[in-house]
Amino acid sequence: MTPLLFFAQRLSAAILAFAVAVHLATILYAVRGGLTAGEILGRTHDNLAFFAFYAVFVVAVAVHAPIGLRNVVREWTPWRGATLDAALAGFALCLLALGLRAVFAVYAA
Amino acid sequence: MAKDETNLHVDVWRGTDTGAFQAFDVPRRLNQTVLDVVTEIQRDQDPTLSYRFACRVGMCGSCAMVVNGRPRWTCRTRVSEVAGPDGALRLEPLRNFTVVKDLAVEMTRFFDKWEKAHGYFEPGARAGQDFAVVPPATAERRAADAAIECIGCGICYSACDVVAWDKDYLGPAALNRAWTLVNDVRDAGHDARLAAVSGDSGCQACHTHMSCTSFCPKALAPTYSIAGLKRAMFWHALKGVR
Repeated sequence: MTPLLFFAQRLSAAILAFAVAVHLATILYAVRGGLTAGEILGRTHDNLAFFAFYAVFVVAVAVHAPIGLRNVVREWTPWRGATLDAALAGFALCLLALGLRAVFAVYAA
Repeated sequence: MAKDETNLHVDVWRGTDTGAFQAFDVPRRLNQTVLDVVTEIQRDQDPTLSYRFACRVGMCGSCAMVVNGRPRWTCRTRVSEVAGPDGALRLEPLRNFTVVKDLAVEMTRFFDKWEKAHGYFEPGARAGQDFAVVPPATAERRAADAAIECIGCGICYSACDVVAWDKDYLGPAALNRAWTLVNDVRDAGHDARLAAVSGDSGCQACHTHMSCTSFCPKALAPTYSIAGLKRAMFWHALKGVR
C-alpha cells in the first residue's frame, strides 16, 4: 500500500467511524415510533444537511472499501499490478456513482 | 495418552517442504531443554537428522524451531514448560522459510529483506569522524535502544501471518531494524530508509496481529516499531508533498 492509499484509508476510516455512528443513531431515533417511506422522504427532501452528510458518507465508503478490498485480494490471490488497481478504481467509481445517485434521489424526491 | 514419567514422545519433521513426521522416544532428564532432546536424537538415534545450533545459551538464535505449534529458541525452552503430561513434543522447522532439510531453514531471503529495508547504518558525512556520543540517559538514545537487541533469529518472521500471505512483505525483524535506525540520530539515511519500508510490502502491510511481539524471545515489540514507522512515514510523505 502506498503512503497515499494508507492515508486515504485511515482518513476515510475516521470519517466512517463518525458517520456510521450518526447513521445508526439516526435510524434508532427515527424508527422508534414506526416510520413510513413517505415520512422518510418528507424529512430528506430538500434537506441540505442530510445531503451533505450522506454525500460525505458515500465518498468515504468509495475511498475506504476498494483500498481494503485491494489488500484482501493481494493477500489471498496472486492478482497484482495495474489490472488490479484499475479494477478497484472501477469499483470505487461504481460505489461513488451508485451511492451519490441514491443520496440525490432521496434529496430530490 | 497416559502420563509417561520415563520417556518423551517426540515427533520430528523430516524432509524439506514435503516430508513427514518421524517419531522418537527420548528419555526424560532433569532440566532438559528442547535442544537437548534434538541433540540426543541426532547423536544416539538418527545421525541423519539435520538441525542448527551454535551458542546453546540464547545469544545466537540459530536453534529456533516451531515447538508444539509455537516458534521458540529451543536452547532456552525447557521440556517441562512445553511438553504435556503425556510427554508429547512436536518439532518443526520455522514457518515462512524454505526448509533446507528437517529442522534447518534457509535464511537468505530473510536477511535480504533487512538489506531491502535499509537495515544498515548510514554514516553519511560523519564517516571517518570520531565517535558520536549519544548519552544513554537521553530520549534519543532510549528511542534507539528500544528495539536494538534483535539478534535476527527469525522467530517473529516465522510467527507473522502477513509474511505467510505476502512473500515480499519485509517482515517484523527487518522493519524493527529499520525503526531502530530511524531513531538513531547519527544515521544519515533516514529518507531513503523510510522510502524503502513504505509500500505494498512495507510497514503499511502490517495487520497489527502482534504475533511477532508475542513470540519475540528478547521481549522486543516489533509491532510498536512498525507502528512507529507508519507514523514516521506519514510525516516523511507529507514533507515530500510540500
